[in-house]
Amino acid sequence: MTPKTLYDKLWDSHVVHVEDDGTALLYIDRHLVHEVTSPQAYEGLRLAGRKVWRTDSIVATADHNTPTTDWHRGVEGIEDATSRLQVTTLDDNIRAHGAKAYFPFLHERQGIVHVIGPESGATLPGMTVVCGDSHTSTHGAFACMAFGIGTSEVEHVLATQCLLARKSRNMLVQVDGKLRRGVTAKDVALALIGKIGTAGGTGYAIEYAGSTIRALSMEGRMTICNMTIEAGARCGMVAVDDVTINYLKGRPFAPQGESWDRAVAHWRTLVSDPQAKFDRVVTLDAQEITPQVTWGTSPEMVVSVDGRVPDPDREKDAIRREGIARALHYMGLEPNAAITGIHLDKVFIGSCTNSRIEDLRAAAAIVKGRHVARTLKVAMVVPGSGLVKRQAEREGLDRIFTDAGFEWREPGCSMCLAMNADRLEPGERCAATSNRNFEGRQGAGGRTHLVSPEMAAAAAIAGHFVDVREWR
Amino acid sequence: MEKFTVLTGLVVPLDRANVDTDAIIPKQFLKSIKRSGFGPNLFDAWRYHDVGQPGTDHAKRPVNRDFVLNHPQYKGAEILLARANFGCGSSREHAPWALLDHGFRVVIAPSFGEIFQSNSLKNGLLPVVLTEREVDALFYDVASFPGFRLVIDLERQTVATTDGAKVMSFEIDPFRKYCLLNGLDDIGLTLRHADKIREFEEKRRAQHPWLFG
Ligand code: SF4
Repeated sequence: MTPKTLYDKLWDSHVVHVEDDGTALLYIDRHLVHEVTSPQAYEGLRLAGRKVWRTDSIVATADHNTPTTDWHRGVEGIEDATSRLQVTTLDDNIRAHGAKAYFPFLHERQGIVHVIGPESGATLPGMTVVCGDSHTSTHGAFACMAFGIGTSEVEHVLATQCLLARKSRNMLVQVDGKLRRGVTAKDVALALIGKIGTAGGTGYAIEYAGSTIRALSMEGRMTICNMTIEAGARCGMVAVDDVTINYLKGRPFAPQGESWDRAVAHWRTLVSDPQAKFDRVVTLDAQEITPQVTWGTSPEMVVSVDGRVPDPDREKDAIRREGIARALHYMGLEPNAAITGIHLDKVFIGSCTNSRIEDLRAAAAIVKGRHVARTLKVAMVVPGSGLVKRQAEREGLDRIFTDAGFEWREPGCSMCLAMNADRLEPGERCAATSNRNFEGRQGAGGRTHLVSPEMAAAAAIAGHFVDVREWR
Repeated sequence: MEKFTVLTGLVVPLDRANVDTDAIIPKQFLKSIKRSGFGPNLFDAWRYHDVGQPGTDHAKRPVNRDFVLNHPQYKGAEILLARANFGCGSSREHAPWALLDHGFRVVIAPSFGEIFQSNSLKNGLLPVVLTEREVDALFYDVASFPGFRLVIDLERQTVATTDGAKVMSFEIDPFRKYCLLNGLDDIGLTLRHADKIREFEEKRRAQHPWLFG
């Protein structure tokens, strides 16, 4: 038998039918639904008189629009009428069509869809996982084929439990060595994007492997898989090992008893075969990776914290030069400026990239006993889910943050994309642990620098970027 | 979904690379629960001087006259000429909805964001990939010839100048082509295989029961 990659295995085990031209009908095991990309899908279903194919595949939550303060006000606390309408429309749709689980706004287990799936055990190895959100790649950390889909596809999965897809090529990202102190999974992801570019993974499914990846917790692996889409690939994944299995044991939706043993036996096969062929291999040396900071308006516009903003005049390619100049103008930065000289207005710790318990612990360790710089307007921590929030509170992390002058918020997407009230004002500069620094992403005219939770925490204390490797 | 066969249309050039879906339709407009009406907010941050909000009357907003879509000579354009990696970023399907609602049927670029490309095909917006060189030449043509139009023939997979002097061909997935030519929606196509899906599902349930229930 020809050796297969993990992606090949996941793909092959989900093909229901292949059209003459090679388009495959893929079976979908888990469908994650949130309030922004589902209303039109349910609307389409209704208009066509179709029914949901398999309700027990659906796990739903409201996260993108939900406020992170004043939950006692209930739905009325969602000031924006259209946001409120999306949230209540999801309530109506789930009530009408059903789901395996629904964590609505204000529920104790509500949270960012990519945080609650894994933490509840709704994301299991070997699954196909889809969601109308590009960061669905996050779930690939569990050896899933997980990718974001558009609203028409959400409707298609609701109606047929399948998706039409074409197989991607295989890319291996091999990261070996021990990460240096102060260097995190987020820095690995940013360093990779800096190396291959935001279109570097286009057309590929990426498997992350190597000793560095194996040494990461599930949280770290999720951070890397989450950022896969920023490298242009729709899905990224990590093979099953003890870390995966230990994480899943005892989760509410994970199998139990004899079923657990059967499942584990199967999951153990979800690794690439030794001789499997990859179409492209990219290697990174963990020792060489430093804390990363983006300076521009694309995640590939990234540099080491001890580096400088680039100078467009030194770029030979005209289109790239234009791009650098435009980004610097938008970001309000001078060419050659030192990264550590960049002062901030706001700091945001949160998002599906970095809002899990481990991220909050790492950030808290930096801020403990210190205080946020006076020059900062806001520093906020937004836990990824209700469960993360309560766990952090049990560990006293909330106190560490609030004593240091951080705001401790309710869970949700929050200032990752500023669909709720949390946003940047024009010209404001923010260190964010999220995944996108596009123009206007965190609010019109807002300027985003992507960093790890440690780097964001240290920047909040100092008021400007600092090299966490030198943090004592 | 509207059929796509042959289109002769005015071309508008958008000369920047990596136009992401946030730029195509900013997130504040994603809050709608409908599928239509996004056209006036296409490229909102570039088209207007103020920050657009859903429900505001765009007729009263300060228009950015420098932005190419606002140049009077491109009014009614159905073909958008763009640079590499057009439609990168978030998976929002509102991006092709907004382009379609504004009146575009075709986007020509050297490359596209993957999800954007598939979302476009599913909604009857044709993404045409030409080489960097061909796209460069088209940018030159648009700048040189006012009222420059192109003929997009999906059946023959060609992009041609109206005088037929220049003909370029493009690739398209045959299945997507068939659906576009016939205006077929995906769900209907898939449900032809409902029995196969059920059969697959039963096998899966037997092998991996923990994935069900
Ligand atoms: S946290 Fe940000 S990237 Fe993640 S799902 Fe929410 S909006 Fe999308």
